[in-house]
Amino acid sequence: MIEDWDKEMEKKWFTISVYSENSVGLLNRISGIFLKRHINIESLNVSKSEIDHVSKFTIVVYTTEDWVRNIVGQVEKQIEVIKAFYHTDEETIYQESALFKVASTLLFDERNIQNIIKDSNSQIVTVSRDFFVLAKTGRRNEIDDMYQQLKPYGIMQFVRSGRIAVTKSEMKISSLLKEFNQ
Amino acid sequence: METLKKEKTASTKQSTKRISGAEAIIHCLLAEGVDLIYGYPGGAIMPLYDELYKFQDKLTHILTRHEQGATHAAQGYARVTGKVGVAVATSGPGATNLITGIADAQIDSTPMVCITGQVARHLLGSDAFQETDIIGISTPVTKWNCQVTKASEIPEVLAKAFYIAKSGRPGPVLVDITKNAQIDEFDFSYEHCKGVRSYNPYPKPDIKAIEEAANLINAAKKPFIVFGQGVILGEAEEQLKTLVEKAGIPAAWTILGLSAMDTDHPLNVGMVGMHGNYGPNLLTNECDVLIAIGMRFDDRVTGSLDTYAKQAKIIHFDIDPAEINKNVKADVAVLGDSKVTLDLLLPMIKTNTHESWHNEFKKKYKIEFDQIIKNDVYPTKDRLTMAEVIEEINIASGHKAIIVSDVGQHQMIACRYAKFKQTKSNVTSGGLGTMGFALPAAIGAKMGAMDREVVAIIGDGGYQMTIQELGTIFQNKTPVKIVVLNNDHLGMVRQWQELFFESRYASTVMVNPDFVKIAEGYHIESKRISERKDLKDTIKEMLASKDAYFLEVKVEKEDNVFPMIPSGASVSDIRLK
Repeated sequence: MIEDWDKEMEKKWFTISVYSENSVGLLNRISGIFLKRHINIESLNVSKSEIDHVSKFTIVVYTTEDWVRNIVGQVEKQIEVIKAFYHTDEETIYQESALFKVASTLLFDERNIQNIIKDSNSQIVTVSRDFFVLAKTGRRNEIDDMYQQLKPYGIMQFVRSGRIAVTKSEMKISSLLKEFNQ
Repeated sequence: METLKKEKTASTKQSTKRISGAEAIIHCLLAEGVDLIYGYPGGAIMPLYDELYKFQDKLTHILTRHEQGATHAAQGYARVTGKVGVAVATSGPGATNLITGIADAQIDSTPMVCITGQVARHLLGSDAFQETDIIGISTPVTKWNCQVTKASEIPEVLAKAFYIAKSGRPGPVLVDITKNAQIDEFDFSYEHCKGVRSYNPYPKPDIKAIEEAANLINAAKKPFIVFGQGVILGEAEEQLKTLVEKAGIPAAWTILGLSAMDTDHPLNVGMVGMHGNYGPNLLTNECDVLIAIGMRFDDRVTGSLDTYAKQAKIIHFDIDPAEINKNVKADVAVLGDSKVTLDLLLPMIKTNTHESWHNEFKKKYKIEFDQIIKNDVYPTKDRLTMAEVIEEINIASGHKAIIVSDVGQHQMIACRYAKFKQTKSNVTSGGLGTMGFALPAAIGAKMGAMDREVVAIIGDGGYQMTIQELGTIFQNKTPVKIVVLNNDHLGMVRQWQELFFESRYASTVMVNPDFVKIAEGYHIESKRISERKDLKDTIKEMLASKDAYFLEVKVEKEDNVFPMIPSGASVSDIRLK
């Protein structure tokens, strides 16, 4: 049944922004809402927000708008969640970060590596005798491109962060908190 | 709302006193007005039980025979009193045994606080004896949960627990308290919780939405109300009745809304849902305005959503924003406490009658009566039916009893045929469908309403899931009346097997013990009947008894519950046979 229903609506990438208290167990509570609906979290980032002592979850999912609305409603219902929003890619400015650990010899032996670094707009974070580390910030496809380019030379380690995003429209958290405190 | 106001004014800081965490728990419970709790002791909760022993004149603890029984008893108590039910258990298996009751309370919006013991702080994560991650396990089925590892945190967390359990859309809260936190001493003081900054339990009513709702209702030719437990939880029964009478709108109930309105009220047209009444289900797809009050469009109510009330404008009154547009898209959503929003709505409602529309319900009732109700309630066949037992209880109790039902055929029959004059009188496991709910829930219901008759209606299957609670009834001399409608089958599953699985009765035939002897073992007065001639007098005898009473009624083995909307079918496809 659900599969049929899924097909009817277009699946899209959504960025869910959750403003919350910083409390033990809340991540488990929020991730459980996705688990219950058999929806995979594509990326997750938790950090402080623009408001003191308020945390911000940035969650990326690939699903239908009906589901994302349902999920955001359930997330927002959690006691320690102040407010949750969802936005499409067009409504957000978003980035990811990645680190590439590569053998130092490559930097000197393979001319093309220097071109890749230059063209990808990435930075050399550190260089040691054995390895060097490249940092790249950008859209996922840019990071993926860089990964593909470096892959033939051998990547010793790779890691990519969850998406971080700000929205084009306002998310009025401060005024909401004021309302709660009244 | 009233409690909230009280909390705001009655928040007085008590003078500090150096006591143990365990004693602090008792003082917190007393400050919250708790005088009765259910539970089961064990290692990690022993410090609390030691204090319960010392405070037994102020706080009664009922020892159930299983922790699940403690949660259902707390639920039964909460459902008839409107107060927060409290259940206590130890760590590990004690805590995991609470989960079914917690999940039941979560889906049926029952206010409950569960307190579990936990291994000492320094042992957390060491796989200590009876250690289990009950916070992790209970997270998806609690409204809120919290682990306390320091004695000094107890008052604030418990105050918050009671506030959250009771306010807004109620639900279960679990507080897990490590053993060291129960033993350590601290300077105790208590302050009621007045609010949590990230939690808005009472959305402000939007007058514009209420006006829109009023306009739709006033212009409607065929308005139809479906009310749920939100009316009972919001104590809006009078407002509902006024709305129904003033606007002349036929009203039907969900299983948890039952008893919010007198079942004999002329505009009360019956139950919606899978085994609900014929008229309300069929006419859902003929009304022009559907006014849903404090209900959540459960799949057992709506059947297929693609064909549910598509012709109607939907007005949805609910306190929980997450329920709006979750299953059925609302044309007008009115957020807020049902009492507050209905009070605002009522002055805008024009007096009306919808006689010909109401007559449609009467006509459908006539069809249902002739084809189903007559044979259910006034059978001519030899074997007893479940419905005639319920009808005898109606007659003998004068529609005044609290009916606690379990899950299955007998539950549907009880909810279809039981008559109620008073609200908070129907206690059943609706959303979760927890077999084994009724016996312990009836204990809680009786203790919450000692002046009322409490009759548990249970099937032979569900009864054996929590049958050990007969021990609780015996030990506490709780005068509940237990009626087991025994068809020697797991009747509802058997019915589905008959209808949809070509009568392959896979594991639904029960070889039952002598239930009367079991009850006798607990020194509970008991009787078994299987003939119609004994029914009336036995029910009378049971209700006249001052003590607990067990009655087994042998009923027809292969009766089916009708009408029925097959799973996933449209409300329009309701079957009479």
